[in-house]
Amino acid sequence: MAINYVYPEYEIVRNYDRCINCRVCERQCANEAHKYLSDYNKMTSDDSKCVNCHRCVALCPTRALKIVKSNHTFRENANWNGKSINEIYKQAESGGVLLSSMGNPENYPVYFDKILLNASQVTNPSIDPLREPMETRVFLGAKPDRIERDENGRLKNNMPPQLKLSMPVMFSAMSYGSISYNAHESLARAAAEMGILYNTGEGGLHEDFYKYGQNTIVQVASGRFGVHKKYLDSGAAIEIKMGQGAKPGIGGHLPGTKVGEDISKTRMIPEGTDAISPAPHHDIYSIEDLRQLVYSLKEATAYKKPIIVKIAAVHNVAAIASGIARSGADIIAIDGFRGGTGAAPTRIRDHVGLPIELALASVDKRLRDEGIRNNVSIVVAGSIRSSADIVKAVALGADCVYIGTAALLALGCHLCRSCQTGKCNWGIATQRADLVKRLNPDIGYKRLVNLLTAWKHEIKEMMGGMGINSIESLKGNRLMLRGVGLNEKELEILGIKHAGE
Amino acid sequence: MREGMFRNPSGCAISGIFSRSGKRFSGKCIIDSIATMRDRSNGLGGGFAAYGIYPEYKEYYAFHIFYDSKSAKKDCEKFLEEHFDIINLSKIPTQKVPEITDEPLIWRYFVAPLPTKLADSQMDEREFVVKCVFRINTAIDGAYVFSSGKNMGVFKAVGFPEDVGRFYRLEEYEGYCFTAHGRYPTNTPGWWGGAHPFALLDYSVVHNGEISSYDANRRAIEMYGYKCTLQTDTEVITYIIDYLHRKKGLKLEEICLVIAAPFWTTIENKPEEERQELEYLRSAFASQLITGPFSIIVGFEGGMMALNDRLKLRSMVVAEKDDMFYVASEEAAIRIIQNDLDKVWSPKGGEGVIVTLEKGRI
Amino acid sequence: MKRVYVNEKWCLGCHLCEYYCAFASTNETDMAKALKDKKINPRIRIESNEGINFAVSCRHCEEPLCVKGCITGALSKNDGIITIDRNRCISCYTCILCCPYGAVSPSEDGAVQKCELCIKTNVGTPQCVKGCPNGAIVYEERGE
Repeated sequence: MAINYVYPEYEIVRNYDRCINCRVCERQCANEAHKYLSDYNKMTSDDSKCVNCHRCVALCPTRALKIVKSNHTFRENANWNGKSINEIYKQAESGGVLLSSMGNPENYPVYFDKILLNASQVTNPSIDPLREPMETRVFLGAKPDRIERDENGRLKNNMPPQLKLSMPVMFSAMSYGSISYNAHESLARAAAEMGILYNTGEGGLHEDFYKYGQNTIVQVASGRFGVHKKYLDSGAAIEIKMGQGAKPGIGGHLPGTKVGEDISKTRMIPEGTDAISPAPHHDIYSIEDLRQLVYSLKEATAYKKPIIVKIAAVHNVAAIASGIARSGADIIAIDGFRGGTGAAPTRIRDHVGLPIELALASVDKRLRDEGIRNNVSIVVAGSIRSSADIVKAVALGADCVYIGTAALLALGCHLCRSCQTGKCNWGIATQRADLVKRLNPDIGYKRLVNLLTAWKHEIKEMMGGMGINSIESLKGNRLMLRGVGLNEKELEILGIKHAGE
Repeated sequence: MREGMFRNPSGCAISGIFSRSGKRFSGKCIIDSIATMRDRSNGLGGGFAAYGIYPEYKEYYAFHIFYDSKSAKKDCEKFLEEHFDIINLSKIPTQKVPEITDEPLIWRYFVAPLPTKLADSQMDEREFVVKCVFRINTAIDGAYVFSSGKNMGVFKAVGFPEDVGRFYRLEEYEGYCFTAHGRYPTNTPGWWGGAHPFALLDYSVVHNGEISSYDANRRAIEMYGYKCTLQTDTEVITYIIDYLHRKKGLKLEEICLVIAAPFWTTIENKPEEERQELEYLRSAFASQLITGPFSIIVGFEGGMMALNDRLKLRSMVVAEKDDMFYVASEEAAIRIIQNDLDKVWSPKGGEGVIVTLEKGRI
Repeated sequence: MKRVYVNEKWCLGCHLCEYYCAFASTNETDMAKALKDKKINPRIRIESNEGINFAVSCRHCEEPLCVKGCITGALSKNDGIITIDRNRCISCYTCILCCPYGAVSPSEDGAVQKCELCIKTNVGTPQCVKGCPNGAIVYEERGE
């Protein structure tokens, strides 16, 4: 290539005083960015290959490496910044759709960071979570309309099927194919140990993981990959994926290179073929069609499992949610525009959808206004980054959250956003056996358990500070929230007061 | 700003006296009882609920209404005439007491729903009454129905409860149950309608505490047609009890297991059948769980219930003598009316104490 | 007795164990200072073939052939650990030939060297275990 339009975004900086030529950087970079020059007895690096995944930095035993943002600049331009210019160069060269991975990185407001929590003082005591019971258990599912009594006047158990969770967190849908076998094993084992659930995503369920069925949500997506009777029976719940926060309006895409023997078997497609999920479910063109699928799945599983419908947060999400709540679904999962993905067209990921905080607030309000909030539980995703986000989401009205990116970060992801290349150096978003090996589930699942245990404790501390000792009393408790730096409209949609009021 | 436009957290005093045999007694003792706990109030609110006080009109709903102005009274009476048969109406008798000022017009009506109007509405009688009360309180400016039960009434004002009691000449009433409340709000209410107890139909609640789950409870109960116009804990607790008891058909013991539910660790250790029932109540009615400190006395036709939150963050003492049953925030408030007691104890957090008339209804 | 065990399922062939081993035997505190511009001669070695990697080090056998073959008694078994007395070693390299695992090798000054479970270093516990980034090397009792 005679003209280099795009200068490397990142530069590898090596401190030669500390480099001992151990070559672990060379051995561990799947992008071949490092090389040992035997003639000079020196390590050298090719910045153009670096994706900023930090594998070499993390493994270097003498901390001789760091990655910095290149200070090669375009002339300052608030409108045509370097990123916009480079994207034009890339498209002029390739003629293709720009593809990106993980969640929307653009500078839109993060409402969680503009919301503050309350604490109890004087008129109401705060509660000490180390000395008093502090309950984070949640049940997801539809609640009964009326109570029924038997001949002896005792209450009958007419509760529809529920999911019981030790804390209001589940692992979000990430398909086997977009992430590796070892990543799935880590998620499944962590979910089992913590008493929560993980989600198969649209890649089907590998037969080795059927034993974690009680902690598994099986997903039925538009491509219906891997969907057969045993699959539906194996999970604790079934999720119909109508949309995904990162790419509302379009379906999933797994390149043929990632479809090896195992993926082919699990997804029930030929090896080497691209796995493209259609944009809509081709048997669901309107809300009554969705109702039909919900009931078909219930019939197929003898009404024993709750059905989840997952939607992306789009402009009329409240109306859509209202329709779903009346369609027989037990749980609605709403995915905001910050949600992650293995691969999506950049423009769709960055410009389509709504922040989850606003979507959640309006869905919760709309369902309550219509008196149907108890017909469903609400799970939110995209992006939940900490236990504070969880507490705020529950206070806005959610029953539970899904975490995707946060879980992958716990497993070692460094958010370099190159998943679509299939060369994930951390063994997460890849199918290459030599790379998948790098994620040892014995280590991975423990890190997930640690993360959730830490979050559980933090949630209890925050709840205790608010004088609440059961999470159900936090749900929808918007008086516990105040906004800062939000305008009247934003406060109105979120349904919270401004700090100081 | 009128109460209802802002939230007014408070600390308080409560007291209740109940005669199991249905024997009616004067309101003097409840005034004496609440006066003992004067330090728990700050003079910004006091009130009483009395049961069995209108035996001659016991088939009719006794509406107690505050009016800010004569025109509000006119509008409200017009509404009442359209929806009810008004058997009797009068000013509620009061006496001038220097500590009680700025009183509104206070009127009392004994009514029964107009049969044609009731049939047209296709609701049951009690739901009809509730809907009308809400209508007056939200749509007719300056009129506020603060009591709407049969053979019972609420008497409340801004002031120390013992002064309020004298103002309403409570010692001239005779009933089988009296409850009382003294308030210590952190904001100045100024409006009589915001004082406690809060009542709807024959349910009245006096409450000492501040619930952390207020907004979660409020947003859930408003789904079922209730309007929390006062923004007080007592209001939302009353609506929850009305909802669970009247609309859902839960028994009072089951209601205690919903609003002061035992901890999951306690539930796990119960025998299987009980465990399933407790788990069912907690998950089906999760939004009606009340967390935060509270001790409440709920009055209803033919009975009374006393309940503490499950961590017992507020005081409550209960006592018995013959057929009389006493409950108060402090033992001194009981002993001042009856020092010779058969039994005195503090109920455990989350364990409701329920007493009812031995012969059923009077 | 606890020994160092390697699980080839998780060995990435990254060679970090070799560098931690070499670092441990210098008894220095900073790895950059200890190993800069040095060619290392570690007592644990990675062997790779057809996508499988494995780190080989002394097994501290119950019936050590190296001890049997040592003509000066430089190699001996102490509390289960096979140790080398460098002053007695005459570099005949019989032990290197005897070891069925190829775990013994010559050191810079001619005497032989092999894994001694870091007992002679100032850290005291096996450093290859600490340096492995993927949990492939463990130090545990397996009742053998």
